[in-house]
Amino acid sequence: MSLVISQLINGLQSGSIYALVALGYSMVYGIIMLLNFAHGDIIMVGAYIAWLVIVRLSLSPVIAIILAIVVCTVLGVTIEKVAYTPLRSSPRLSLLITAIGVSFLLENLAQRIFGAGSQNVPTLISGPSLNIGGQHISFTAMITIVVSVISMVALTFLVQKTKMGKAMRAVSEDMGTSQLMGINVNRTISFTFAVGSALAGIGSVLYCCAYPQASPTMGAMLGLKAFVAAVLGGIGSLPGAMLGGFCIGIAEAAVSAIGLSVWKDGVVFAILIIVLIFKPTGILGKVINEKV
Amino acid sequence: MKNNQKIIPMPFRYLINIVLFAAVLFLMNTLITGGTISKYYSGVISSIGISIILAVSLNVATGYLGQLPLGHAGFMAVGAYTSALIMRAVMASGFLKTAVGSVAAFPLALLAAGLVAALFGLLIGIPALRLKGDYLAILTLGFGEIIRVVLLNIDNVLGFKLTNGAAGLQKIPKTTTFLITFLCVGVTCFVIHTMMKSRHGRAILSIRENEIAAESCGINTTYYKTLGFVVSAFFAGVAGGLYAGNIGILNPSAFGFMKSIEILVMVVLGGMGSMLGSVLSASVLTALPEFLRSFADYRMIVYSLVLVIVMIFKPSGLMGTYDFSLNGLLDKLIRLIRGDRGTPGGGQSLLTKKEGGTNE
Repeated sequence: MSLVISQLINGLQSGSIYALVALGYSMVYGIIMLLNFAHGDIIMVGAYIAWLVIVRLSLSPVIAIILAIVVCTVLGVTIEKVAYTPLRSSPRLSLLITAIGVSFLLENLAQRIFGAGSQNVPTLISGPSLNIGGQHISFTAMITIVVSVISMVALTFLVQKTKMGKAMRAVSEDMGTSQLMGINVNRTISFTFAVGSALAGIGSVLYCCAYPQASPTMGAMLGLKAFVAAVLGGIGSLPGAMLGGFCIGIAEAAVSAIGLSVWKDGVVFAILIIVLIFKPTGILGKVINEKV
Repeated sequence: MKNNQKIIPMPFRYLINIVLFAAVLFLMNTLITGGTISKYYSGVISSIGISIILAVSLNVATGYLGQLPLGHAGFMAVGAYTSALIMRAVMASGFLKTAVGSVAAFPLALLAAGLVAALFGLLIGIPALRLKGDYLAILTLGFGEIIRVVLLNIDNVLGFKLTNGAAGLQKIPKTTTFLITFLCVGVTCFVIHTMMKSRHGRAILSIRENEIAAESCGINTTYYKTLGFVVSAFFAGVAGGLYAGNIGILNPSAFGFMKSIEILVMVVLGGMGSMLGSVLSASVLTALPEFLRSFADYRMIVYSLVLVIVMIFKPSGLMGTYDFSLNGLLDKLIRLIRGDRGTPGGGQSLLTKKEGGTNE
């Protein structure tokens, strides 16, 4: 029983990270219908920034966390401005290929700069662990789960209650019409990328707490799994992304617990295939009819 | 339009191409078997041929069908392992030593590789092609990853020595020669070219242009999407079989996402929908890292930059949808000699311009 619960907590912890990344995916996908492949690699950059600041510059972890989030945000907006904005009116296929290109560029640049091996990131956050009924919950697991839930709530508030959120929803509904209504489309999209990338930055910090390593390809798999989470929860839906993230995290933990950890990646993609075949809109997604 | 009329009659057009192709093949083959071209270079030439097959076959799904499958390396892996396992079994049985075996075994293994890959293409295509754009990309990516994970771990689970996991499948007979590679290249280009010129190819193109309009014109879009996908997978499998015979050792890590992207770069750079473009960029991108060692280090960075830059500045790729036709050129030459002024470029493009021409 205690093994089940500890695996559940492990699953929730990694699920929270997936959820944070999935939120970013979901927001960007919702607004410009782009599967931002580079999103996972932004996390990788965040992890390297944290490593650089602590190990190379020997500054305090707090600065590392702040810098990681800031750099991720700036990077996300820059990518949007440089690579995606010129292509806004071109076919979806071109945008998707560009996104893959950007993702590969980040990965390979990191590989050239930092080497192909992984770097150890020192502890970023530490604190007392919690004991509930003999069940040991680590501080980082708690922080991870709490931070991701808070992020989800804050994001929902942002999208539903603020003026910027209203603009985001309008742009995702119809870009042309919202421009006619006086919404600054470019700024709204950039803002969406900024928020999504900031979430990726937070995700990278939490990821480094859970698995204290930074490697050039860490973001690719993480990003893909987060995308699976977003699809599972229903793409474009914020609570859905959260739910999907938790489901994927727990499924992975379950697969590892029964001793099949090498099949983890396969199981995640099998979930994706099953979801796409039987319920392509995901758990909480809305059905959108295709217009001619 | 008189100028677009074909001057050379139909069966001869094929004949000219076949004779020329055979002549080039024969010439190169004598150079290689005679030792004028060293073993290293002939290996490079073989891998160029394999890349050409991969790029041309991916072009069917990406350029002609307008989808973005990211699991092309997965089909290649299926083909490679199928062919490698067959060839190892054949070698163990001693059949390869016999006169019939040495000639027939490898082509049959390649055919089997293609068929198994096509079967996987069908299996993955039926659910995947119900989806659009990004979902299809992710699903095929997931499929490619699953193939890789299965190849890595299947031995540990089922307990038999089949794929040899991460250590890799070794001692595969190195049966890939220049001749068989480029025969496969010729067959691939011929089959895909004629298919695209047929009714079925037109249906596939119409899906790329507008799926809803195609459907309302009575085209069975699901059928044709699956057809395109399966043809694409088949030739990827054949290329995989050739790859196995060329390298002699198979490792699942060679068929990861990176490989799929590499093939995609070839197609995108050459121009989605242009066979000539695929052939050219596959040749250049395969030959460059071999001859420029310093380029090999920066290869992946350059590839990713190429993807972004091509998409931003020339989304149609270097060749667009232009395709070269030898007979079209000959037609033009004959017309020039006869002295009637043809419109420049008339009767050349196989895919786009001619449709306009027949309407006039």
